[in-house]
Amino acid sequence: MIARLVRGLPRRALILSAILLALGLIAPFYVGDYWLTVLTLILYFAYTGQAWNIMMGFAGQLSLGHALFVGLGAYTTAALFINYGIPPWIGLIAAVAVASVCGAMMGFLAFRFRVAGVYFAILTIAFAEFARTGFDNWSYVNGSAGLFLPVAQYTHNDLWRLRGHPAMFYYVLLTATVLIFIASRIILRSRLGYYCLAIREDEQAARATGVNTFRYKMYAVMISAGMTSFAGMFYAFYYNNLFPEQVFSISRSIEIILAPLVGGVGTLGGPIFGAFVLQGLAEGLNNLLNMLGIDVPGIKQVFFGAVLLVVVIALPEGIWPWVARLIGVAERKK
Amino acid sequence: MTRKYDSQSISNVHLTRRTFTAGAAAATALLGAPAILRAQGAPLKVGVLLPRSGYQAGIGQDCQRGADITNGILKQLGLPELQLMNADTETNVDVARSRAEKLIADGAQLLTGAFDSGQTSAIAQVAEQKGIPLVINIAAAPPITEQGYKFVFRNFPTGPMILRDAFLNQKEVFQIVGKAPKTAVMLHVNDTYGTSIKGGLNAMFPKFDMPYKILDQIAYDPAARDLSVELAKAKATGAEALIAVSRLNDAILLTREMIKQRWTPTCVLSIGPGWYEDQYLKTLGKLGDGPISLVPWYDPNKKASKMLEAALGKSSPGVSLSTNHVYTFEALLVASDAYKRAGSSDPKALADAIRKTNITENASPGPGIQFDAKGQNDKLKCSAIQNRGGKLVTIAPRVAANAQPEWPLKPYNSRG
Amino acid sequence: MPADIYLNVAVSGVLAGLVYGLMALGLSVIFGVVRVVNFAHGEMMAIAMYLSLLAFNLFHIDPLMMLIPCAALLFVLGYALQAGLINRFITRPEHSQFLLMVSIAIIIANTQLILFGPDSRAVQTPYSFESYQFGPLIVDADKLYGAIGALVFAAALFAFFRFTRVGTAIRACADNYTGAQVIGLNVNRLYALTFGLGCACVGAAGAILMISADVTPQFGPIATLQAFVIVITGGMGSMVGALFGGVLIGLTAAMAGLLFTPSIKAMFVYGILVVVLLFRPQGILGKRVS
Repeated sequence: MIARLVRGLPRRALILSAILLALGLIAPFYVGDYWLTVLTLILYFAYTGQAWNIMMGFAGQLSLGHALFVGLGAYTTAALFINYGIPPWIGLIAAVAVASVCGAMMGFLAFRFRVAGVYFAILTIAFAEFARTGFDNWSYVNGSAGLFLPVAQYTHNDLWRLRGHPAMFYYVLLTATVLIFIASRIILRSRLGYYCLAIREDEQAARATGVNTFRYKMYAVMISAGMTSFAGMFYAFYYNNLFPEQVFSISRSIEIILAPLVGGVGTLGGPIFGAFVLQGLAEGLNNLLNMLGIDVPGIKQVFFGAVLLVVVIALPEGIWPWVARLIGVAERKK
Repeated sequence: MTRKYDSQSISNVHLTRRTFTAGAAAATALLGAPAILRAQGAPLKVGVLLPRSGYQAGIGQDCQRGADITNGILKQLGLPELQLMNADTETNVDVARSRAEKLIADGAQLLTGAFDSGQTSAIAQVAEQKGIPLVINIAAAPPITEQGYKFVFRNFPTGPMILRDAFLNQKEVFQIVGKAPKTAVMLHVNDTYGTSIKGGLNAMFPKFDMPYKILDQIAYDPAARDLSVELAKAKATGAEALIAVSRLNDAILLTREMIKQRWTPTCVLSIGPGWYEDQYLKTLGKLGDGPISLVPWYDPNKKASKMLEAALGKSSPGVSLSTNHVYTFEALLVASDAYKRAGSSDPKALADAIRKTNITENASPGPGIQFDAKGQNDKLKCSAIQNRGGKLVTIAPRVAANAQPEWPLKPYNSRG
Repeated sequence: MPADIYLNVAVSGVLAGLVYGLMALGLSVIFGVVRVVNFAHGEMMAIAMYLSLLAFNLFHIDPLMMLIPCAALLFVLGYALQAGLINRFITRPEHSQFLLMVSIAIIIANTQLILFGPDSRAVQTPYSFESYQFGPLIVDADKLYGAIGALVFAAALFAFFRFTRVGTAIRACADNYTGAQVIGLNVNRLYALTFGLGCACVGAAGAILMISADVTPQFGPIATLQAFVIVITGGMGSMVGALFGGVLIGLTAAMAGLLFTPSIKAMFVYGILVVVLLFRPQGILGKRVS
């Protein structure tokens, strides 16, 4: 199993992964709380980016409404916790189910009726906006007034109920990110993955060779949706408050997919690397502007946009494939 | 451009400015500033977190104006000046949290902010975990002070407090003019604030024995760019009064629709922002006169309010003093006052001092600033204000009033 | 509720829908020919709105008089963007185009924040509060003028595509890219022209909208989303479809607001979008694309 997973990877890539993991594990002991928060954000976007990547990067289905699944995961786990005291990990089962079913509904409608490309992307936005408006008006989850989780004091870490120190949240997310990375690798190396890639490259050709494209696209959407809902649970218990405007909004959907887009769509390293680069860029810009004594709201975003622009012009495949080639960790071509 | 104090300028890079500031402080101290300045040396470092870009940029930048004039007034009041470290939350919870962490890492000894309830909760958790006091300037969601936090303080009324005063002040106004509407229709924006106010209103309305019935409650989308349908529905109820919970752009849109649809209610009672804001008055001119806002405000008769008005008039000409400035100033006033009494910048000592706050020389209506066991200033009073001739006057409560109410609303179509 | 309210609301929904239709028309023209989705559409409209605002504040020029200047300026901007930047993206995958346009949108929106400040800004024209009464029907002057302006501009654009040589060439380009190249059309220039024309539509729509709505730097995403909904409902690439979609969405939103809680009218709008996507993915008046 493990042998199959690592086959084809240069030794350098394995060593690099091991070093990164080791650094990730010891980081909370060495970095301050500020950097811990930034690292948590990086992992959050790496995780959601990877979950999105399964649908877009592998199966070629562009979703611009992935905040929908984050929101469903967040609201399901939070509502179960607040109303029935159900611990988040049990709630997560329900959340994954809700998100996958919603993803399946969306996929079923779209793929059955051959909605593809840009049209599919806009359908995903429509679903997310539909959900946002719906939650805004749904009094069971307190509508737009927001859902607040009771905040326990940081006396001890309660992993089961996800109440505790930020470092605990960091480790939870680190584990999840490693797991989704491995899961993505497994998927890529499975029949599901090969079929997905075939669909991404040329759907008609895939169908002609006998691939049930409908089924595999459905799998990709459901897996991606279910995995994304975990990020929602994390968000709910990390921030302890939810507003439909905050979790379902289109700007949130865009934030989620920037990391894999910048890092490299369809690659395993892309979302993680992209998340590092983008958060690093954001914090770096903040600190640089601070240092220069420039305090003009909006200027950071202008620079941020300009960097994105340069990246997308210069590196069409994303930064990671380019970096991977540079440092010699790119997968050998078979 | 606002001056920014931050990690680098504090620690090493901008040595020149730091030396200059220190020198200036020393000079003032020598020139006979209050003894306390000399005793304490370095100013308290306060992180000011506001959403100055993104969707809430308008409010965030307006709050910042209040922060920017604070030091001048503290000086006049004989309180220690603060070293403000500004940070933009970009109207984003992730950013709010990481900026709060950054400010603390850079040496902030107290935090203030952040207008929005979601962002404020995220910051509150950081503050609580670090044991750094957070003095909330504005955020009305009740749960924030119901979490058992020890380091979180709020000198801003919660939704239920705003409503309680809204009812009381309305009754006072009705009594003064000797008239009251029999029916009302409520139009509210369906966002965090609008929904909380509507929920609270429905719960509290029966207890206050109001003279009018609410015929309908109409919720509308915050993103709406056209409110003709909403207003047509409201008009169709035949109600005498309009109760509005809105923001700036929808307040303007609603006013325009009232004029175009030829409907002048007896009064417009707004519970929230929008109807008193500068852009509202500027855009609508004469047509902006008349609405009554039942909101957290300032007592125009208090000394600090006059100081704030003067300072703001100088720093931002054309901007009238309002809630955003006053409460941001007061959050910093609490900080400075606590620092003076604690005599130390130790966060725990500061928090203890804040808990014992008893400021009477403040700007907001009511007896002053005190915090209850939950860290909420429950003594705060809200006001009823009215737009008159492009200016704002306070008409209730009587102690904080400087004008008589004008009643009823002058018909829109006969204002020339 | 009195019966005339339905009539009033319906008429006002249709008139507002025409202006939104013009905004969406720009998106549709660009997609129909260049096959790029302009995710910075709303931000570009905000540029036009700010221009009209400036002209009004500085020189007291009526926003409707700014219709042509705004359209011209946005045309130049669109032309330059396509020729300089977007052209090299037309063969790239959709997500790459998306990232490009999102970057542009971020830059535009935040530049506006820096230049104009965060407040919501509106103008007051002499006819801002005028309305015409026809029996029970009250029609807002600004909505009526706006709808007329939108129709005139759209008609001019139709005429251009139908009766000029360049317009015909652009249509040829849209129908058959390779064929157009084979017969020697300068496709790159035609694409730039098209992108410019699409932006001109949104410029005109922005100037018109300024008479009835306010503008903030955060205006973009909402408008872009609305343009998407309209274009997909009406038929991506169909010019009449965009206007028709605008009217349909305007009417739906207005009636939903009247019959139900106004805050959920967006759900009806997205509901229509989903239904159209499922049963007629090419849009109500769109042509099926392979």
